[in-house]
Amino acid sequence: MSDKKKKKLTPIQQQYQDFALKREPKRQLLKNCLYAFFVGGGICLVGQGITQFYIHFFDFNEKTAGNPTSATLIFLSVIMTGLGFYDHIAQKAGAGTLIPVTGFANAMSSAAIEHRSEGYVLGVGGNMFKLAGSVIVFGVFSAFVIALIKVIFTKYLGGF
Amino acid sequence: MIFLWAFVVGGLICVIGQILMDVFKLTPAHTTSSLVVVGAILDGLGLYEPLIEFAGAGATVPITSFGNALVHGAMAEAEKYGLIGVVTGIFEVTSAGISSAIIFSFIASLIFKSKG
Repeated sequence: MSDKKKKKLTPIQQQYQDFALKREPKRQLLKNCLYAFFVGGGICLVGQGITQFYIHFFDFNEKTAGNPTSATLIFLSVIMTGLGFYDHIAQKAGAGTLIPVTGFANAMSSAAIEHRSEGYVLGVGGNMFKLAGSVIVFGVFSAFVIALIKVIFTKYLGGF
Repeated sequence: MIFLWAFVVGGLICVIGQILMDVFKLTPAHTTSSLVVVGAILDGLGLYEPLIEFAGAGATVPITSFGNALVHGAMAEAEKYGLIGVVTGIFEVTSAGISSAIIFSFIASLIFKSKG
């Protein structure tokens, strides 16, 4: 709680804030990081397996196999979200399930399933990007700025 | 060997995300958005491509590769068509991820019912 907000509170409220702060469960950083490392690493390991599969059995190479790999992982993640497994893992793994592309798929599919009761157009269609939209907005805008700078430097100013 | 590096690098990127959430108290949405922007910047500096060659899926599966792929698509189109390519090419490479996420999520919403 910021100092500015704290000044507005009565002494009793301040006392309560201190009291609550002491009893707030501490975030177990090391344990969380270990979980994130192993679960996130595991998902990437599965991804690498899928990549090898596409390279060996289909006409993909190391560069192009990334796309079908993420599509497959997204497919698996959506199914697991629908069946309710993903949230169980996510509760423990934190960023381990959030950062891989499966977390993005989980955010979209869980929003879609949750808002289904509001109808397909307003509920599913309108809310699908509710959680995942920020990733796309900031990704696209930063990519636009960076690519613009890079193109202007390399193409029109002849590079560094 | 690539399997080991995929595991380690992918795990480390997730640890960075966990630290952003636990130490800097960011919400999950802020964390993923920041990592996407970081991925885009790394590709702008030409650092992400070597990481993918080194770690394979360890670099392509985390959300940072989304930012990387956005910049990549924009740059590839810009090579061909000049400045306008930056706008037309942004989704060129990430199309697989976004379209499959939309398609499968919609199908899931038809099949599954919310448990809440």
